[in-house]
Amino acid sequence: MPPTDTTPEAPTPEEAPKTPLSKTPLPETAPSKTPLPHGDTPGIRFEKVVKRFGGNVVLRELDFTVAPGERVTLIGPSGSGKTTILRLLMTLEKVDDGVIWIGDRSLSHMERGGRRVPANEKHLHEMRKQVGMVFQQFNLFPNMNVLRNLTEGPVHVLGVSRDEAVERARGLLDMVGLADKIDAHPSQLSGGQQQRVAIARALAMQPKVLLLDEVTSALDPELVVGVQDLLRDIARQSDLTLLCVTHEMHFARDISDRVLMFDQGQIVEEGPPEQIFGDPAEQRTRDFLQAVLAT
Amino acid sequence: MSDVLDSFPLLLRGSWITLQLTVYSAVLALALSLLFGVLGTTRGLAPRAVSRFYVEFFRGAPALVLMFWFFYSLPLIGLRFTPMFAAVLALGLNYGAYGAEVVRGSINAVPKAQYEAAVALNLTPAQRMRRVLLPQAVALMLPPFGNLLIELMKATAVVSLVTIADLMFRAQQLRAATGETAAVFATILVMYFVIAQLLQLLVRYLERRTDRMLGRRPRKGQPELRTVAAGAPGVGGVG
Ligand SMILES: Nc1ncnc2c1ncn2[C@@H]1O[C@H](COP(=O)(O)OP(=O)(O)O)[C@@H](O)[C@H]1O
Ligand SMILES: [Mg+2]
Repeated sequence: MPPTDTTPEAPTPEEAPKTPLSKTPLPETAPSKTPLPHGDTPGIRFEKVVKRFGGNVVLRELDFTVAPGERVTLIGPSGSGKTTILRLLMTLEKVDDGVIWIGDRSLSHMERGGRRVPANEKHLHEMRKQVGMVFQQFNLFPNMNVLRNLTEGPVHVLGVSRDEAVERARGLLDMVGLADKIDAHPSQLSGGQQQRVAIARALAMQPKVLLLDEVTSALDPELVVGVQDLLRDIARQSDLTLLCVTHEMHFARDISDRVLMFDQGQIVEEGPPEQIFGDPAEQRTRDFLQAVLAT
Repeated sequence: MSDVLDSFPLLLRGSWITLQLTVYSAVLALALSLLFGVLGTTRGLAPRAVSRFYVEFFRGAPALVLMFWFFYSLPLIGLRFTPMFAAVLALGLNYGAYGAEVVRGSINAVPKAQYEAAVALNLTPAQRMRRVLLPQAVALMLPPFGNLLIELMKATAVVSLVTIADLMFRAQQLRAATGETAAVFATILVMYFVIAQLLQLLVRYLERRTDRMLGRRPRKGQPELRTVAAGAPGVGGVG
């Protein structure tokens, strides 16, 4: 990671980002019945973010902002950098240059002695508390049953008591329709069931930002709808900031406020789903949508 | 031959010593394997270097030479070990070096996606290792550990050279007393074989348990989905 002085144009955390990236928590009205997180949702901002793999520049000074609670879908041809964006936000990759902001804090850098230095593990741990991710291949832990997949993080990371974690896990499994699978082993579940457990596992950590990377593309066709319906409900009932990569246009339309069309690490076009899917302005978007619809 | 059979209790006592040596050395080797194997997978340069040094040094050193060194050389600088202690230390250090490589390789062979899921749940590096990577790596470690355990048991035969009365030692004694070379060695070959089979049974049992933990075998009374679902190898796909 480059030292701070190579990016003098990036603001220090004291200089407020140009748009508000933190939503003030809504006053608590009726106690919410869903086990979904509410309130205090941060936004996201990419500022001149550069990501390279060897000589391959995947993201070239990428700029974009996601407002608090906004739900954004990333579309674009394979290899355009969508997964890389989510992996950067989950700290599974490091930026080569530029800054990623979550709320008013930099994900990739931290303050030390008035200088901005690359984040250490402690800072990353702090920042990851806000972010959850669901993977294409589910990635449940095969050495734990469903219940422990859901309680391991809350108990050992959030410090929740085991009873409370189990209670919360039951609530989440109820929500994803798998209450009867609490003692099952991941290998005993279908792909769709595994993905629903993975969604519940991510939500059990009470993230403010949820990242979904083609979460239905590894599923058999008949299982896709169930998972999509679940995510639609979650999007509707929570104020999570949502970044979703998907090739399912109906789903993208239902779930997102805004669609970003990527090609070669750049945003080609953005707009509300009706516009991007109904009346795209760019030829590259039209070509891409045509290719997706053809399959 | 009947002389040999009369002295069978002597051989039994010898095999009891052999078994004890094997167990003590294996426990030490296992602890060292885990310690240096895990260190070998960390990001830090210093712990990795320490692990490398341990593995290269003790893998290259013959257990017999190590044992002689602990038993005959260290007393010269005032460190006196019992023969048993010297033997366990030598075998443990030697086989721990092989085991550390098994542990390191097994941890590195756990799918990267598991590590990433653990990061996404915000587990700390130590929690990722202890709760996600190591438990899954155990399944990969057990078969090579089974081989090493039997290798170790056979290697204990050298301890007769530092006056420990193991199975090999008793056999030499008996041969000197009776002159029945063929019968004596045939008998202890069978006894070593039986011990090896006992150890193998233990490893197999552990393998079955780990497989069940990882959902690779049906639990008691529960059919496994993978065997029920029509033609679906790798249902629980790993990415
Ligand atoms: N770990 C990696 N090592 C090297 N190249 C990578 C790695 N991850 C992604 N890439 C490259 O980065 C580019 C963008 O990949 P990705 O973000 O996965 O695209 P998308 O998700 O839009 O299909 C591709 O060219 C891919 O080959
Ligand atoms: Mg992708």
